[in-house]
Amino acid sequence: MITADRKPFEEIKESVKDYEKIMVLGCETCVAVCQAGGEKEAEILASELRLAFGNEGKKIEVNDELVVRQCDDEFMADPAFLEKVKEADIILSIACGVGVQHACNYFNRVIKDKPIRVIPGLNTTFMGANIDVGLWEERCLGCGDCVLEKTGGICPITRCAKSLLNGPCGGSSNGKCEINKELDCAWHLIIERLETLSELDRIKPIEMYKDWRSSHSGGPRKRVREDLRL
Amino acid sequence: MKSGSNLERLLEKGEFVVTGELGPPKGPDVEVVKKKAAMLKGNVDAVNITDNQTAIVRMSSIAAAKILIDEGLEPNMQMVARDRNRIAMMSDLFGASALGIKNMLCLSGDHQTFGNHPEAKNVFDIDSIQMIYMVKTMRDEKKVVCGDEIEGDFKMFIGAASNPFADPFQYRVHRLAKKVEAGVDFIQTQCIYDMKRFKEFMKQVVDMGLHEKCKILAGVTPLKSVGMARYMAANVSGIIIPEEMIDRLKGAGKGNVATEGIKILCEQIQELREMEGIAGIHLMAIEWEHKVPEIVEMAGLLPRPTA
Repeated sequence: MITADRKPFEEIKESVKDYEKIMVLGCETCVAVCQAGGEKEAEILASELRLAFGNEGKKIEVNDELVVRQCDDEFMADPAFLEKVKEADIILSIACGVGVQHACNYFNRVIKDKPIRVIPGLNTTFMGANIDVGLWEERCLGCGDCVLEKTGGICPITRCAKSLLNGPCGGSSNGKCEINKELDCAWHLIIERLETLSELDRIKPIEMYKDWRSSHSGGPRKRVREDLRL
Repeated sequence: MKSGSNLERLLEKGEFVVTGELGPPKGPDVEVVKKKAAMLKGNVDAVNITDNQTAIVRMSSIAAAKILIDEGLEPNMQMVARDRNRIAMMSDLFGASALGIKNMLCLSGDHQTFGNHPEAKNVFDIDSIQMIYMVKTMRDEKKVVCGDEIEGDFKMFIGAASNPFADPFQYRVHRLAKKVEAGVDFIQTQCIYDMKRFKEFMKQVVDMGLHEKCKILAGVTPLKSVGMARYMAANVSGIIIPEEMIDRLKGAGKGNVATEGIKILCEQIQELREMEGIAGIHLMAIEWEHKVPEIVEMAGLLPRPTA
């Protein structure tokens, strides 16, 4: 899933301080699962803002709303919802960066008579997995050319701090990465996993230069499925 | 001859070589380079010029290497994968070759979180093993990565590092084998203090015949103080310093620790000279360049041979 962290409250407060009608817009998918931008978080943020501005004697109206996915038109098409969007001075989206951009684009496409401001309340962090209660770790950089079949299901591009394809580097010590003793050395994990699979030979040949065109290095990416297009 | 460098010729002749190391200044001060170079001249066969080591911004290794050539020394230019993509690497390699640089060391590079610009974006387009292969292809096939022909003659003696003290230990020799397969000509190891583990590593190297396919220079660094030993053991990636060695330094008593450190180093050099598969040493006297003449003299490594 995509993970995110809420921005510091002071930064959020500063970004909405010039508006009177604020809509905190939660997203019920990835960021709800990682407890950064779901229904509960939208309610909490809205009440925190009401309280903070109320203490300063500032007249402000903060509402919270929730959509299933801000990265999909169909979940935002309800006319009653769009009417509320139109009434707000600013939409504080607590979706990931995809959701913020898509909601902004969608609202401005369907609401013709008023420009809609959408700003982020979260910092989007990574594509990762929920490892334990309250713990998420990055697992995929979306390079567009998966190598997991060669590396025992552990991604060196994401999990090695240097994205080495022929690791481990000389900084691997006691199974940990040189940059942080809390961080597992991805190549140590790969070697251990391949040993248990009796597949260590898989990493004996030199892995050649990666073609980064399939990654973001090739420019912003687009995915087209002609069979699904009308 | 792959490069015609002094280092290559001496290794080919079977001489026990000595390479030194010089860290360029944190600015354009030519005098710093010249001063360190003067201490190394005549005492080592080639000098590694570090490439923004520990990710701290310094004069470029290419520029410092050229100053060294002008001072009558032979540089071994280090290049890290952290700061350059393949385009910048190949371009800099052409430039280095044009300036007369004949040896290089292909490295991944310390992660930028260690340095003075931890907020920088890193590159890591290719890794050190791919870099070796790239330079070899440029030299032997006269082609850049995409296959385009190189204009002119590109010569380079290709080096790389090996750390026998990193983990997982049993895999280290296989990673060295990958560097050999990629086309490395010589290897410089991480600083050796744990001789027992190094011997184990070298046994694997010799069993696999890797020492016959590339020249292996054993990395050594004198311990200046007990504090330095403790600091290195705790903070420098892939360094193991046995407790007995630290005890021996402590036992030397106040005022005698540095001398004891050099004595330990000379004993290590002697042991390494007799070890199968070792073609020389790489002496890293970090910010202790002025001690190099004394160390090589004491270790019986003078005069340096001519190629």
